[in-house]
Amino acid sequence: MPADVADVFRREHGRAVAVLARTFGDLDIAEDAVQEAFAAAVERWPQQGIPPSPAGWIITTARNRAIDRLRREAAREDKQAQAALLHAQDDPVEEGPVRDDRLRLIFTCCHPALALNVRVALTLRLLGGLSTAEIARAFLVPESTMAQRLVRAKTKIRTAGIPYRIPYDADLPERVRGVLAVVYLIFNEGYAASSGDDLIRRDLCEEAIRLGRLLVELMPDEPEALGLLALMLLQQSRSRARTAPDGRLVPLPEQDRRLWDQQLVAEGQELVRRCLRRNQPGPYQLQAAINAVHSDPPTDWSQIVQLYDHLLTLTPTPVVALNRAVAVAELHGPAEALALVDALDLDTYYVFHAIRADLLRRLGRTAEAATAYEKALALTGNAAERDFLQHRLAEL
Amino acid sequence: MAQYLLSIYQPDGVVPDEEFLAPVMRELAVWNDDLRAAGAWVFSAGLHPPESSTVVQQQGEELLVTDGPYTEGKEHIGGFTVIDVEDLDQALDWARRLAKILVALPVEVRPFAG
Repeated sequence: MPADVADVFRREHGRAVAVLARTFGDLDIAEDAVQEAFAAAVERWPQQGIPPSPAGWIITTARNRAIDRLRREAAREDKQAQAALLHAQDDPVEEGPVRDDRLRLIFTCCHPALALNVRVALTLRLLGGLSTAEIARAFLVPESTMAQRLVRAKTKIRTAGIPYRIPYDADLPERVRGVLAVVYLIFNEGYAASSGDDLIRRDLCEEAIRLGRLLVELMPDEPEALGLLALMLLQQSRSRARTAPDGRLVPLPEQDRRLWDQQLVAEGQELVRRCLRRNQPGPYQLQAAINAVHSDPPTDWSQIVQLYDHLLTLTPTPVVALNRAVAVAELHGPAEALALVDALDLDTYYVFHAIRADLLRRLGRTAEAATAYEKALALTGNAAERDFLQHRLAEL
Repeated sequence: MAQYLLSIYQPDGVVPDEEFLAPVMRELAVWNDDLRAAGAWVFSAGLHPPESSTVVQQQGEELLVTDGPYTEGKEHIGGFTVIDVEDLDQALDWARRLAKILVALPVEVRPFAG
């Protein structure tokens, strides 16, 4: 695909699928039609130039071609085609309230009746415009497996009657949380990828941020959407600093701040300030605020502990308590933090052992620290994390 | 409109006592009335335990009649309701209310074909 068409594809795919899904009441037909329209664009645009409204051209072309195809199929007594045609007749031709269409598409892709890995794949495919091959590579599964997963998902949407619309008010808070979780999961999948991994895996972070921006645009009244975007921007701002040239992880206090992306830092911090002004705190906003404090050295550890205290009241999980203990170590010393850490039931979580090891090392309890590093090593397969832990173990 | 089967699964061999069952049955009756009032009720029934079932199947030339149930498991369908609603979200809404009445019993929501 030529670069300019590819660019429009990534930018407009979600919008086009969303509009056509409303028109035909069927995601599969919408997706095929958009695919066909982009194929036509690849042929025409290099000669005739990019039309003034590329998205409009794609949507109109996709709609017309789909109607032609459905008419042929409907003539052969294809019930699905007949239903889609009927649906299209009731629909106004114009692009319509696209904002609502894209929201509908998001809520459909992230419907709780679909398995979590299916929600992620559908969101990347339909909203993000990633190809099946790209999603398969990003999630380290064979392309045929991913293709099958997507087909089954669309079949379930159709047969189970998963609606293409914005959820009822009563369901909305929970459904919004579900959508945010899918986007953050995509981000974390990219964040966990190391430099040795396929580039498409690392690109997941940028894709998640793009989706995060879309959520903020579509749900301007949802402070947690803003919080999630800020959180992702601030974490991403440190992406160049968090791995050494040899691929090893560099912990935050040891990072070269000149490698931080100051534009992302500034944008993230500005979003955090907007959240603070709204004063409707939620888990993503608090995590973003913690990251904003980290982005403004020297780190104000008492503020970080306070933010974790607040986060712990909203999400009282052992992992949050563990992260809080790390901040306590900076504020009150490793002995107090170790007491907090030892009270947590996280024996199968490698980070728990890595943090314990570090606290023990700082307390001069070298033998215990070595045992803890070894426990952590036994629990992670990620190459960059293993390198980091082995390095620390050797340094003891 | 679309029809959905709401199946209630319960563990084999466990018979709740009357004291527990009475308020559940009362709430179930209210739930059924609400379904009817909303025009969403099609059919509902409770079933006798699986030991009461009989299986009929053709094998070769013969029609075999055997003591049931057909599949042995740890759970069985104790009852079901058929509802007619707009879409899965509405079906899940009714299912959620039902699951709440039934405490920990799972409710499976399955669309009718065609």
